[in-house]
Amino acid sequence: MSRFKDVEHLYRFAFLFVVAFALFLVVRHFVVPKSFGEYGHYRGAAIAEIAAKPLRYAGHATCETCHADIAEAKMAGKHEHVNCEACHGPLQQHADDPSIQPAKLDTTVVCVRCHAASAAKPGGFPQIDPEQHAGGIACETCHKPHNGL
Amino acid sequence: MKIDRRHFLVMLPAAAVAWKYVLAGTPEQSPNYTMTDHWWSMLIDIPKCIGCGNCVRACAAENDVPDGNFRTWVERYHVDDYHMENPEVISPDGGKEGFPVAQEDAGKYFFVPKMCNHCADSPCTQVCPVGATFVAPDGVVLVDQTYCLGCAYCVQACPYGCRYIHPTKRVADKCTLCYHRITKGLTTACCENCPAGARQLVDLKDPNDPIHAFLKTHHVQVLKPQMATGAKVFYNQLDGAVR
Amino acid sequence: MSGVEGYMYPNEINLIWSVLIVLYPYITGLVAGAFILASLVRIFNVKAVAPTYRLALLTALSFLIVAPLPLQLHLGHPERSPEMYFTPHATSAMAMFGFVYLWYLMAVLVFEIWLDYRRDIVLLSQTSTGWLRVLYRIMTLGSDNISPRSLAIDDRVGWIVTLVGIPSAFILHGYVGFIFGSIKANPWWNSPLMPVVFIFSAMVSGIAAVMLLYIVTTKLRKLAIDMACVDTIAMYLFYMFIIDFSLEMLDLIHRIYEADESFRSLDFMVHTRLFFSQIVLQLLLGTMVPIILLAITQVTKLPAIVRLRIYVTAGCLVLIGIFAMRWNVVIGGQLFSKSFLGYTSYKMSLVTKEGLLVAIFLSILPLVILYGLQALLPPWPEHEHEAIHAAPAPAA
Repeated sequence: MSRFKDVEHLYRFAFLFVVAFALFLVVRHFVVPKSFGEYGHYRGAAIAEIAAKPLRYAGHATCETCHADIAEAKMAGKHEHVNCEACHGPLQQHADDPSIQPAKLDTTVVCVRCHAASAAKPGGFPQIDPEQHAGGIACETCHKPHNGL
Repeated sequence: MKIDRRHFLVMLPAAAVAWKYVLAGTPEQSPNYTMTDHWWSMLIDIPKCIGCGNCVRACAAENDVPDGNFRTWVERYHVDDYHMENPEVISPDGGKEGFPVAQEDAGKYFFVPKMCNHCADSPCTQVCPVGATFVAPDGVVLVDQTYCLGCAYCVQACPYGCRYIHPTKRVADKCTLCYHRITKGLTTACCENCPAGARQLVDLKDPNDPIHAFLKTHHVQVLKPQMATGAKVFYNQLDGAVR
Repeated sequence: MSGVEGYMYPNEINLIWSVLIVLYPYITGLVAGAFILASLVRIFNVKAVAPTYRLALLTALSFLIVAPLPLQLHLGHPERSPEMYFTPHATSAMAMFGFVYLWYLMAVLVFEIWLDYRRDIVLLSQTSTGWLRVLYRIMTLGSDNISPRSLAIDDRVGWIVTLVGIPSAFILHGYVGFIFGSIKANPWWNSPLMPVVFIFSAMVSGIAAVMLLYIVTTKLRKLAIDMACVDTIAMYLFYMFIIDFSLEMLDLIHRIYEADESFRSLDFMVHTRLFFSQIVLQLLLGTMVPIILLAITQVTKLPAIVRLRIYVTAGCLVLIGIFAMRWNVVIGGQLFSKSFLGYTSYKMSLVTKEGLLVAIFLSILPLVILYGLQALLPPWPEHEHEAIHAAPAPAA
């Protein structure tokens, strides 16, 4: 036994490691989320959580279920491919509860964002110098945005 | 992406059901959505971009992106003649309020919208120490913000600068390809709000997606192909000066 | 020069890895370097530096205890850091941190210190009183066997631990170099040389730190400095420095020669925003001057007092220079845009959790811990029991 007596302290030190490792395995079992590893090295439940975030933009198809007439008019004009919320902003709230009315747009701001002339914009794109063209009058005075003319 | 009315009437109940789950507090995807049926991507058509900044504003509104950080942004390039190594690039507040008026000169101008490229061999997921960011089975690179430590290693590893640390949540954040929208049959906020059709959501696994015909008839590039990240955002007519 | 110049991707403008991330590799570097100095005694039988053996081990432990703190303060969610233990991502070098750290702390440093001090701990547990007695008793792990045979076995096992400890120290610090060197997105970091440069600069800083601590503590204890010891340490410091310098020059020359797409941008950055920390602090004051000073002591015969002054000067410059090197890597790597078209600046805050005051506090804390450790486990040569250190134990 004298041989063991002289190495016994080393076994005591090693025992600390064994206990720590066992404790680690136990804690790990309880702490690692259940869906971890479901699809890969990540928490599988995260995918559904991310997919469940709230919508702010309703999408033009939702707008068209009620405002079909405007959709029809738009389809005939230059703004055919410009979706409703591109100018009107996020409208999911309004789609959920139509009594919530979105703010009226200021055409001197909204139209200019796209149509102000700049050498940087593609040549074929319709663009004007807002000062020279309108001199401060609202765009809708002469133009019908839903017809894009 | 245009969805015709019939298609929409099929999607509507699905969306409504999913929304009910959200309101009930149980996260749930649209019940018709199978991840492995999709391989999401995006097509950006450079000649169509007018630099209006609608996409940047829409993304910020849809996803509560904090001021000063960007899940998508637009750059304006000015390339003087053949000096492709020295473009002048600006992106005032990410292009959120558009760009200052440019004067005609000898050089050329164009706009380049940038975003997460949802890389198939993504270097950001490679370096995450705990598995908080990952490539989902449908090709979207996502961040699990309840698991992320905020170490910012992924931000350093992204060659495109599309990630940031959310200032209040203190976790990594980036474009999710509006995952909460595309899984319900809607398109991303940026594509929805682009007035020029410069951004298009793409499902590479859908044989009917117009991308396949587009790729056959156009020359497209990805950003920094030398990084071999498997970037999935395709750019039509990307200039060599683009960084 | 400050603020944004040229074009930076909008999300790149503010730096995300702060001075704390500069401090972390500096601290683990000191750990690795101090340990290598200790291994000179144990493995390579350099008897001359034996007076610093225990001091080097305690120094390494003091710094290792502090090492995780800058990381915890930097994390957005430090409470989630155990995730690195429970779900480490095998492809991430950073995921190694928890395991490498624990291994080095428990299976190398603590184990080796325990084995070397065990006789002293048992004796102290019998002679001390009060809570100190309780502490020493716990440290004996309930065994009071200090027979010659058990001590001889301890020595043999300790030798093996030191042997294993050398590659462990390289991994502890080298993986940090790999964390930077493996990032293809960042050309300032991306280099296979990075882990090697980190390791050699770590050894330089660790050896210098222990040398300075030995000189300072000996003076504080009003004893004579063992010049043979200090001369030998300075010699090793000099040779390590030659290797470190060569590696850094290799990286620099390679970059300048190849001049790839990132070169012009990085070159401009080094000449402007990084000029003071890279050229002045790291290169001139931190490398060239110490190398020349140490070379002088190696080739000429100078009186002891002059040599000592040179060593202290060189040692201090080295510590500053290696810190500057870490700064240049971490901060420098974030000052330029990945578009290669612009630059930003690092606004180091003062009182936030990642600010200057915290950095200074974390730099001083290891010395405070060392003060406590040396009171608990005196490392001084006159306290050491008769040497069975410099040579491996005879076969039983």
